[in-house]
Amino acid sequence: MKNRKLMSGNEAIARGAYECGVRFASGYPGTPSTEIMESFARYPGVYAEWCPNEKVGLECAIGAALAGTKAMAVMKHVGVNVAADPLFTVSYTGTNGALVIITADDPSLHSSQNEQDNRNYAKFAKIPMLEPADSAEAYAFIKIAFALSAQFDTPVFLRTTTRVSHSKSIVEIADPLPVEDTTQIRFNAPKYVMVPAMARLRRIEVEKRMQALRAFAETFPENRAEINRTDVGVITAGIPYHYAKDVFPDYSYLKLGMVHPIPEKAIRDFADRIDRLFVIEELDPFLEEQIRAMGIPVTGKDAFPYTNEFDPGVVERAMRTDPVEDPAYVPPVVPPRPPNLCPGCPHRGLFYVLGKLKVFAAGDIGCYTLSFMKPLEGLHACICMGASIGMAHGMSKALGEKGKGKVVGVIGDSTFIHSGITPLLNAAYNRSDCVFIICDNRTTAMTGMQEHPATGFTLQGQSAKALDFERLAEALGIDQVRVIDPYDIRQTRAVIREELARSGPSLIVSRRACALFRRAAGPPQKPLRVDPGKCIGCRTCLGLGCPPISWRKFSDQAPDQIVKNTKKQDGNAVIDPQLCNGCTVCQQLCKAGAIVAGEE
Amino acid sequence: MSKPKDRATGEKSVRSILMAGVGGQGILRASDILCEVMIRTGLDVKKSEVHGMAQRGGCVTSHVRYGTCVHSPIAKKGDVGILIAFEKMEALRYLDYLRAEGIAIVNDTEIYPPAVNLGEARYPDDILTLLPLPPASVKMVRAQEMGVRAGNPRTENIVLLGVLSRYLTLEPSVWDEILKVSFPAKLVDANLTAFHLGRVA
Ligand code: SF4
Ligand code: SF4
Repeated sequence: MKNRKLMSGNEAIARGAYECGVRFASGYPGTPSTEIMESFARYPGVYAEWCPNEKVGLECAIGAALAGTKAMAVMKHVGVNVAADPLFTVSYTGTNGALVIITADDPSLHSSQNEQDNRNYAKFAKIPMLEPADSAEAYAFIKIAFALSAQFDTPVFLRTTTRVSHSKSIVEIADPLPVEDTTQIRFNAPKYVMVPAMARLRRIEVEKRMQALRAFAETFPENRAEINRTDVGVITAGIPYHYAKDVFPDYSYLKLGMVHPIPEKAIRDFADRIDRLFVIEELDPFLEEQIRAMGIPVTGKDAFPYTNEFDPGVVERAMRTDPVEDPAYVPPVVPPRPPNLCPGCPHRGLFYVLGKLKVFAAGDIGCYTLSFMKPLEGLHACICMGASIGMAHGMSKALGEKGKGKVVGVIGDSTFIHSGITPLLNAAYNRSDCVFIICDNRTTAMTGMQEHPATGFTLQGQSAKALDFERLAEALGIDQVRVIDPYDIRQTRAVIREELARSGPSLIVSRRACALFRRAAGPPQKPLRVDPGKCIGCRTCLGLGCPPISWRKFSDQAPDQIVKNTKKQDGNAVIDPQLCNGCTVCQQLCKAGAIVAGEE
Repeated sequence: MSKPKDRATGEKSVRSILMAGVGGQGILRASDILCEVMIRTGLDVKKSEVHGMAQRGGCVTSHVRYGTCVHSPIAKKGDVGILIAFEKMEALRYLDYLRAEGIAIVNDTEIYPPAVNLGEARYPDDILTLLPLPPASVKMVRAQEMGVRAGNPRTENIVLLGVLSRYLTLEPSVWDEILKVSFPAKLVDANLTAFHLGRVA
């Protein structure tokens, strides 16, 4: 009983890795993968580090594996794009110890810029991939992944999706195995120096290994056939298995624990016993295409959606031939509740100014991406981590004179370190005319306050060298480096205007800690309030879109409550003291001096 | 399927609870505690929610599913027995998840979304008349007020757990036991009080 724990998929992966002797992990935070590193880092005797980006993270893990240990590289799906360069070649070299790469995919784009299906990477890079369906399997499969890596001398992928990473279910945990030191320096140039002559030979080993893995897959116990009713059978993997079992418990199932390579003979045997075969998989028809290529007719994407995650309802509707009854209640239309920048968010002042200056702001990945929305509308593009600087530079080169003083590239502190340094060097080298802005909120806020190389601390809480953005920019060759406080609207506006007017590249560091990051931001200030005796109803403060500020129409107020200060006024602003963090940005904007401190 | 007398443990089948509200209302903590109580009573449990973007003042939901053997951690629409809206309007947004005979526990608190703040959309005036449920199936609660009475307004989520506990036949002593280990020592009393205020509400 004591060992039955409620764990998220991410916590279960960390626990399983710890128990089977993994003592090295590296990665970069990214939803839905972040908690794997955070919870692994808390186990005794492990080494875990946040790296500047996923490529560095994977390279460190490769090095650790080469030294003979078990190493884990952790990232979200788009992180694998960043790490793809070492990925494709470590497939050739294999590992000396063991190497598992975790890719956490995000069907439905809950917190991502795209919905790529990283099972394709397994096939593309010729690396086996396991896919757990819940926390108990995540815990078991990470152990299997390390065993396979050692047995077949290959990196192994473990793929989760948001629903596996972030759902919680019961895991039966055990004591960690004793760890023996297996590290040593081994020289083996033919295996680890991938020049053409040697890589050609390793290339052959990769195909041999894939053949051996295909044979292994046929008897792998986690490729599990459950034979019940044989009129309908389902081939599936990962969490769609549970959705299907929920609505159709008596169909037969072939549940694949390993999605690459697939067990062809086991699939044929299963198909032979079944009248009608379904393949249930979110996103790409990855299994379906391979099974069809084997000449087996299946129902797959002709019935199931390509996009978004599934749930039991989606599976039911796709598979049932008789009509499915509609839910009992139909929700009335209610106003949407999109995510918003927090009260006192330092990004708000900056993007308010950028929106008013009518510049094109190439943006990046972070909380500040939300500034594209009304009423701020201060961000106008977002592609991937680090893209904003290169995009702004390219745009201003293409626009020439027309773009002068009109294009900026905005990037977060963690994102800048992730992949913004190289494009900033490019901007200096190729004489950009852009203004670049680092929204330096002193943390990786979006994923929940992770440390990075400029915070002064490591993942495991040791103090560290803190990167100095200003000195770095000078060293890269940026002409002008300025620092502003985005809580100071006048200064923010003035400095951005000055830098836009200048030719040559400049960098503005907009520095103010995330309002939720207590260590650096300190406690919130006293809330402000609107004095109805002074508010002229100009709505300027509403332009900030700060959650505590709302508009109260006079027509909704009791007649004896209405205080009218100008003729055309039809309402006034109100600040909710429960939510306001007292940043004073709205106060600075109010020309009537109606936003004041203190109680009524 | 026969109508259950007992919404928690009386049936072999899997049941679902859906908590819905706004980022920062303590929904994830509340559903964690609920799951721990169920595990302690010997039930199989799975829960699911989405982190990340959704935390920045957006909608937050947590599905809790329990029974003898749970497969999916998320419920399908039309299959939730109890919907707990931590914010009034969210009761309407997720109404299609509720079973015909389901129950809605609604926290009588309003948190305005951006469009309402800007005066571009109206906050629904009367949630009760918009809720097409039989009056007996709706439980309105002033959880924040009760949290204040318990000594800490941030115990609003635990007040709502207390209300929920009335609809589940889980031993009250197990709730107390789990609540005691779920908070730092100095917050335990306020949370226990909040839970029991909710339970008798
Ligand atoms: S508080 Fe100031 S800025 Fe806001 S509407 Fe009133 S007068 Fe305008
Ligand atoms: S002071 Fe104004 S801008 Fe700052 S948090 Fe309060 S309401 Fe928002």
